[in-house]
Amino acid sequence: MATKITTPLTRDTVKTLKSGDSCLITGAIYTARDAAHKRLCELINKGEPLPLDIKDSIIYFVGPTPAKPGEIIGSAGPTTSYRMDAYSPDLIKLGLTGMIGKGKRNDEVIDAMKTHGAVYFGAIGGCGALLSKCIKKCEIIAYDDLGAEAIRKLYVEDFPVVVIIDNDGNNLYETGKENYLKQK
Amino acid sequence: MREINAKIITDTVKKLCIDANCHLSGDIKECIQNAYKDETWQQAKEILAHIIENYKIADQKSVPVCQDTGVACVFLKIGQDVHITGDITAAVNEGVRQGYTEGFLRKSVVSDPLNRVNTNDNTPAMIYFELVKGDKIEITVAPKGFGSENMSQIAMLSPSDGIDGVKEFVKRVVKEAGPNPCPPVVVGVGIGGTFDKAALLAKKALLREVNKPNDNPFYANLEKELLQEINMLGIGPQGFGGKTTALAVNVEYFPTHIAGLPVAVNINCHVTRHKTEVI
Repeated sequence: MATKITTPLTRDTVKTLKSGDSCLITGAIYTARDAAHKRLCELINKGEPLPLDIKDSIIYFVGPTPAKPGEIIGSAGPTTSYRMDAYSPDLIKLGLTGMIGKGKRNDEVIDAMKTHGAVYFGAIGGCGALLSKCIKKCEIIAYDDLGAEAIRKLYVEDFPVVVIIDNDGNNLYETGKENYLKQK
Repeated sequence: MREINAKIITDTVKKLCIDANCHLSGDIKECIQNAYKDETWQQAKEILAHIIENYKIADQKSVPVCQDTGVACVFLKIGQDVHITGDITAAVNEGVRQGYTEGFLRKSVVSDPLNRVNTNDNTPAMIYFELVKGDKIEITVAPKGFGSENMSQIAMLSPSDGIDGVKEFVKRVVKEAGPNPCPPVVVGVGIGGTFDKAALLAKKALLREVNKPNDNPFYANLEKELLQEINMLGIGPQGFGGKTTALAVNVEYFPTHIAGLPVAVNINCHVTRHKTEVI
């Protein structure tokens, strides 16, 4: 059974989520990938305000395809997360509580998640056509010049994810494989 | 000598860019369906079901299967009895430009690897020309996503490493990639040639249908063994555990130097895309 969660994602909710849990997210989330993360962290380093309210927020690592006429958004599946590893700890320190992507994270990100309270969700990579059905609103809020990499505020309904790494550092990429090989 | 206007090449490339990105070919769909039937691990089976649902939605709505609509890798086999009127490279890039713009595909190419400014039309394409007999042009467009491209590797092995060394390397690349390239993956392997040739062979291996083994029984057997051994790693769909880590292993080989054994591994995800047309 999937756990329903809504945004903003508080640290109290984060604590209840465990690696391996299936979740359905409803509410506002932000998109950002490589270039947007770079700009956000440059602002942080300069002590300037961010173009989004980072506290208790979820960032989805995605660069969607352009929307066809009459559509809200194009295909919108996750991109590989490790490229954001250099930036995520700074955002987590400022209150980011959730990240949606796919693939491994480094120790610095996991340590920041454990220290400050954040969770790493996985969405199914290569399923952008399916996932875009859960996106009900899409608005570019910053860095329009980056095209697919601009920061968007999305409103999602029952967006399906799995908790890969939880607040305690448990990691589905390790346990999933181990459990499968054990029963084999 | 047959005359072909470059405009026809543009139109064909445009069509193939859109078609390849929105509609997976039958061989890869069948392969995913078979993997779904064979998968025993519940979560893995559910993911494969979502993957099937996803390509069906893409088919119905003619939208990209994946948001990473890739760099356009374009392979042209040009008959030596063809004369092309116009600039063929410009014609291919114009086809990519039109296909990615009019087809609502994502523009993912930056003009300079270090200064990184998006070209906003997904050009230039990665273009490979080959001269062949005859008076036709065969064009294949293979959009390549970079989640999997980034997990690709090359090794200059020693002849003494032999087949065991090749197998170990291929498995190591898949293992190190883990969940990053969106497994289940398709593994393209190029063995022999030179440093660059091996990489191109690996890329070309991804163009072959996943249900078609290498013509050479020795290499067909190597493909089979590698697939079995990769699927014992336990990585599974999306890296959450399971049998289906790879859907297929395609190997291409070429003569090489007495001192060398180059091996390149080009990883592709389950969204393995390529469409071909002959003019």
